[in-house]
Amino acid sequence: MSAALDIALCALILGVGLATVVGRGVFRAVIFFITYGLLLAIGWARLGAIDVALAEAAISAGLTGALLLAAQGRLRTMKTEAEPPARARLPAALAGLSVACVLGWAWFALPVDQAPDLSQVLPESGVGNPVTAVLLNFRAWDTLLESVVLLTALVGVWMLAQDADWDAALGPRFHARPNGVLANFGRILPPIGLIFGVYLVWAGADDTGGAFQGGTVLAAVILLAMMAGALQPPSVAHPVWRVGLVLGPLVFVLAGIAGALLSDGFLTLPLTIAKPAILTIEAALSLSIAATLALLVIGPPDDQGQDA
Amino acid sequence: MTVWLHLVALVLLGSLGGALWRVWRGPSQADRMMAAQLTGTGGVAVLIVLAALQDWSLLIVAVALALLAAVAAVGFAKSQSPDGAGDPEEIKPAGDWSDLNASEAGDG
Amino acid sequence: MADLATYALTAIGLVFFVAGTAGLIRFPDTFSRLHALTKADNLGLGFIVMGIGFQTERWSQLAVLLLIWALALLAAGTVAQLVARAALTTGKDE
Repeated sequence: MSAALDIALCALILGVGLATVVGRGVFRAVIFFITYGLLLAIGWARLGAIDVALAEAAISAGLTGALLLAAQGRLRTMKTEAEPPARARLPAALAGLSVACVLGWAWFALPVDQAPDLSQVLPESGVGNPVTAVLLNFRAWDTLLESVVLLTALVGVWMLAQDADWDAALGPRFHARPNGVLANFGRILPPIGLIFGVYLVWAGADDTGGAFQGGTVLAAVILLAMMAGALQPPSVAHPVWRVGLVLGPLVFVLAGIAGALLSDGFLTLPLTIAKPAILTIEAALSLSIAATLALLVIGPPDDQGQDA
Repeated sequence: MTVWLHLVALVLLGSLGGALWRVWRGPSQADRMMAAQLTGTGGVAVLIVLAALQDWSLLIVAVALALLAAVAAVGFAKSQSPDGAGDPEEIKPAGDWSDLNASEAGDG
Repeated sequence: MADLATYALTAIGLVFFVAGTAGLIRFPDTFSRLHALTKADNLGLGFIVMGIGFQTERWSQLAVLLLIWALALLAAGTVAQLVARAALTTGKDE
């Protein structure tokens, strides 16, 4: 019975993945991709990887869907040819296939027996959630660089703005009918999402959750409030938002330098202060992740409110 | 109970697969979007059943999905408005009403 | 007794989910499909939530289950309204 469930889930995931790439029409592919993320989240949940399932659910339901649908709508209003040319299909398929093969090979080549036993070293990390322990302590370098990558991506998106629009607020001018369904929804949901996002960050030290999951939920509710017209997107120069964007990487780097001065080296956290340090870094990091992801989806400043 | 819960999850996944047929078929964008919405609700239900089967902490994933279930559809409604940033409620519906009533009367 | 309630309630939930999907597949136009869907999946999720609620080990888990249903109801109502309006104002074709 349990096997039948797994087989059905795998069949759905593969089928939706296939439908995403072979079907004609950008809109259909986008919708299939949204459901693909949902099925992946169920798959991770089935495997017991709750933190990954949570991140996948928050990113696919909250951010990618809205981003891709906005992109599709923009392509349509710009009357751009949305279908890729036929001659691009074969190279794209080959490139995708080779990436899949390399990933598959890497998976089988993993040295399973050499992997360190996390349960043995977990007490040295200061936190109880093994995912948080790896992300914020044992592999803190990766996480620090990832947070900088996010920031760099946002700057890259801003570079797409036209000179005349630079001082305008980010993204299109969102508006909604006052007291309409959308405007009310944009006022009711964000407070609930705010509590849930903060809970995820706080609980992430010892339970399911963490800075990335909480930050993504916060980003989604910020995005929703902006799309519903309840919160105006800032301009590029907005001081509070700028501080929010760099706070996470900044606190992380400062903590790393403190580790180099007071402890064994850059980004090493002595056990006595590991937990408060990790919670501080996570709090700052989730603020920055929330602001960065939300503004990435909102896009560059666009004064005309539509295609330029 | 375990066998029954597995069966419930299987039927829910089957129902989800049925909704995916509508995503494939369309014909309108609204059809595909609402079918995706049904898969979202079905996915929340599957996660709740899995939580009872495996681990109650899976409920947190279901909360995240239910909380953010409407974000994609809000993005869809935005992208359907003329400037890509509006609200479908701001526009007066055009002559689609008669068409709608006719088809409902015909099949009701 | 609790198990019996779970069997019955989740079975009812499944009926609603299957009916909603059947409506989504079989009904002739966008708005009747939307009608079938919005009734069925909310009730279906509600019955699943109630059924699984009899298996919970702690009150907090029951509270989380009810929160999930409340959030799903809020989202579904909003989405139905927005999608129907969007379909009404933009026409039916791709």
